Amino acid sequence: MKPTIFALSVCTALLAVSVTLANAQKNWKDQPDIYAELAKAPEKARNRANPLENDAEAVAAGRLLFEDHCLECHGDTAEGGKKGPSLRAPEVQNARPGAIFWLLTNGVVRKGMPVWSRLPEPQRWQLVRYLKSLGIAEPAPTATATPAPGKS
Amino acid sequence: MRLFRCSLFFLLAFLLSSGSWVRPAEAQENPYFVTYDHYLEEPGNLEVEYFSTFGTQRGGNNFHSYWTEFEYGATAWWTTEFYLDAQTTFHDSTVYSGFKWENRFRPLQHEHWINPILYVEYEDLNGTDKTLKEIVGHDVEADFLEPNAETRREHQRELELKLILSSTVKGWNISENIISEKSLSNEPWEFGYALGVSRPLSLKGSPRRCSFCRQNFVAGVEMYGGLGDRYSFGLKDTAHYLAPAVAWNMPGGWTLRLSPGFGLNDNSHKLLLRWGVSREISGFAGMVRRLFGAKS
Repeated sequence: MKPTIFALSVCTALLAVSVTLANAQKNWKDQPDIYAELAKAPEKARNRANPLENDAEAVAAGRLLFEDHCLECHGDTAEGGKKGPSLRAPEVQNARPGAIFWLLTNGVVRKGMPVWSRLPEPQRWQLVRYLKSLGIAEPAPTATATPAPGKS
Repeated sequence: MRLFRCSLFFLLAFLLSSGSWVRPAEAQENPYFVTYDHYLEEPGNLEVEYFSTFGTQRGGNNFHSYWTEFEYGATAWWTTEFYLDAQTTFHDSTVYSGFKWENRFRPLQHEHWINPILYVEYEDLNGTDKTLKEIVGHDVEADFLEPNAETRREHQRELELKLILSSTVKGWNISENIISEKSLSNEPWEFGYALGVSRPLSLKGSPRRCSFCRQNFVAGVEMYGGLGDRYSFGLKDTAHYLAPAVAWNMPGGWTLRLSPGFGLNDNSHKLLLRWGVSREISGFAGMVRRLFGAKS
């Protein structure tokens, strides 16, 4: 086999396998235990306080970091995207800052969330501040909701 | 003419792969050229990279080697990478050197003080390869004296294994790579090392969008060299380099890197000036899927 043909075959096979693997990941909505990893944070990590809790610029900086690194998976409003779950779910919003920081640092590698320790610690704490500032998302109105008075 | 065609090919490969039709991801890259840290590509992302090395050659012609890398995050624990290598030896010729296919695996789920990554690479190159992406065995400057017309007739198929150990402490990344390489013909295992230390100039993120914020610059230093082979392990007849390096992570997913490397002994090239540009593309897997008709 000519080297060029061999190289092309290898590349095609590689592309097919890796794209298939990347897409084989389950949708987060089909995983009821998607937030279980947060509970695995060790007590010492959970109890860590956010050193930037009173930093006036932390939320704004965290928002930019979210847009740069998290939005692709978790969606524009952090309410969940194609790959990542909602970060405005009660499980996340009620979690302690230390637990969220621990999850950011360690990722959930087997479920597709990379480790984010490549971001320096202060940036991870800024992200935590931003996420906690979002609050729990209000449930989307359903089609069977009672109509407002005066409207048919 | 060959120089033109070859450069054009590499430039086109880079530009076509990172045009405006893709969605960029902000990069947060270390400045290393040779050393690997434990951070893999984010799943589904593709990073297209172009790197150059200008090397001085005592007793021969200086050279400019270059390679294009396509780095893809297959999963959060597996990154796969494909390289195309070429080089120009001044007053000689420009030649395509071959390809490499590299895979990195993360065996542990969580972060630890030291994080191991397993690295496996297959190389299919001719003898003209001058990328000096890793220095192993008794690779020395004198090996690069032969003209391209002779070395291009050689054919090397090699397997390279690395143990990557990396830690990040208080913003400092410290990485150690232990390298072993085996030619698939009857040659002994060769060994090498690469060490790297780096840190962003600022650890806190800026509350405003900016290109020149200190957080976007990562500075560091690399040291790499050979450790002999199975029959003559050690520092004798080996080359070693020390290379300060800086990376600028720009908006739009672009990263620029620069690193002047200096030979530390008489077996080393006096100067290896490296530079590179890369762009990270988000959601590449989804794009390919849609290309073949899948609904988003």
